[in-house]
Amino acid sequence: MKVTIDGIPVEVEPGTTILNAARQIGGDIVPPAMCYYSKLKDSGGKCRTCLVKVSKGSEKDPRPMPKLVASCRTTVMDGMEVQNITSPEVIEARKGIVEILLLNHPLDCPICDQAGECDLQNLGFEHGAAKTRYEFDRRTFEKIDIGDKIQLHMTRCILCYRCVFTADQITDHRIHGILNRGDHSEISTYITAAVDNDFSGNVIDVCPVGALTDKTFRFKNRVWFTKPVEAHRDCDHPGCNGKVTLWYKGEEVLRVTARKDQYGEVEEFICNTCRFDKKKTADWIIEGPRKVSNKSVISSNHYDFKPLPVVKTNPVLMEANKEQFERDTRL
Amino acid sequence: MESLTNKRKLIESKPLNFLERAYLPAIAQGLAITMKHFFRKPVTISYPEEKREYSENFRGMHSLKRDENGKERCTACGLCALSCPAEAITMIAAERQKGEEHLYREEKYAAVYEINMLRCIFCGLCEEACPKEAIYLDGPHVPSDYLRKDFIYGKDKLVEAPLNQ
Repeated sequence: MKVTIDGIPVEVEPGTTILNAARQIGGDIVPPAMCYYSKLKDSGGKCRTCLVKVSKGSEKDPRPMPKLVASCRTTVMDGMEVQNITSPEVIEARKGIVEILLLNHPLDCPICDQAGECDLQNLGFEHGAAKTRYEFDRRTFEKIDIGDKIQLHMTRCILCYRCVFTADQITDHRIHGILNRGDHSEISTYITAAVDNDFSGNVIDVCPVGALTDKTFRFKNRVWFTKPVEAHRDCDHPGCNGKVTLWYKGEEVLRVTARKDQYGEVEEFICNTCRFDKKKTADWIIEGPRKVSNKSVISSNHYDFKPLPVVKTNPVLMEANKEQFERDTRL
Repeated sequence: MESLTNKRKLIESKPLNFLERAYLPAIAQGLAITMKHFFRKPVTISYPEEKREYSENFRGMHSLKRDENGKERCTACGLCALSCPAEAITMIAAERQKGEEHLYREEKYAAVYEINMLRCIFCGLCEEACPKEAIYLDGPHVPSDYLRKDFIYGKDKLVEAPLNQ
């Protein structure tokens, strides 16, 4: 099937969604997505950030679709023409969507551990308005500990349902879900039952915001001061192949996450043993530094090259300086 | 040959007369100039007891601010360290415990906050980056010292004194 997105034609399988067709082209025309997750069945359709305009329905029925459609849920038709960044209507709508997502989202990025790799932060930076028109108090919740490794900050949640799908599809039984309706909806385990499963840690990775965070990494460091390194280990857990990213600060592994692709989606889910218990370099086989986009804040102040020595090492001088230092500090 | 500018002056050197040869009038003249300066306003000041007026946008030593209730504003977000072109700032964050609400404004705070004053170039980017209005370069000049290690300023030197003291 042939579809045209922003004037770029692409040949896709029938049944592909517009979002995935755009991802096959790649680049700027890919609509952003907060709730759609390619590894999770049935995800998408909740956040509306991927809205696009269909200016020609199909070859048979060339009428445009009356409203903007969610590209993660709409499958392509032969000869469909889609406008994303070329349509001012879409850009305007997306700005509104970001404003709605940020209605109840606290602006506590300086505290949040997700800052620097947060999808909502990127979305707000790229598509949002500088100010909100919302005048009321944001809803607040107490933070909840889901088990001893995962923390839930319900105030930051944007109700994308990704963690619910993860728990449903990756783990064998889920204990958490959405309670209440509409504006009162909240992710909860009901009477704060602990999520206890070998793959429960993946809800941290799929969360696009800082609502579900790693308690072992809590306030340890900012993401952009750590250095991501690709590594793997022989994981004996079936379903986990042990391919991860280690986040180093100096010699220390501060946290372990699954490897994420360019859309912030994990390549493969990892088990809790890999994520929480193996935090020594000796546990891992290092593959090399992770490629970080030069637009990401994570790449700032990280130099690929080894800088040339500024001062020639002179052992005699170093010895003399040490003596001098000792003499001075003794006084 | 004609000169280019017609500004050339011919100096004739005459032999010194008696008074000039005696040197005493010249010494008196010189002393008079010296004496005259005794009664003038001195051009120097005795720093650091006395200080000149600074420009309003002078950037001196950093100070970590407190809010109106005396709580520390800094939440250890790391943006100052990120923006610092000289990489002079380091920090370690910690979580606020129960009962410390009167000390720190947010749930995270800087347990260790260090600025290497030898690295700092006083550009003010940390001040600009700070989302919490916690750091300002409003202090005096950084005083001199003998050892490099004494130029690493911790929270004891940087944080403002509490209000009620």
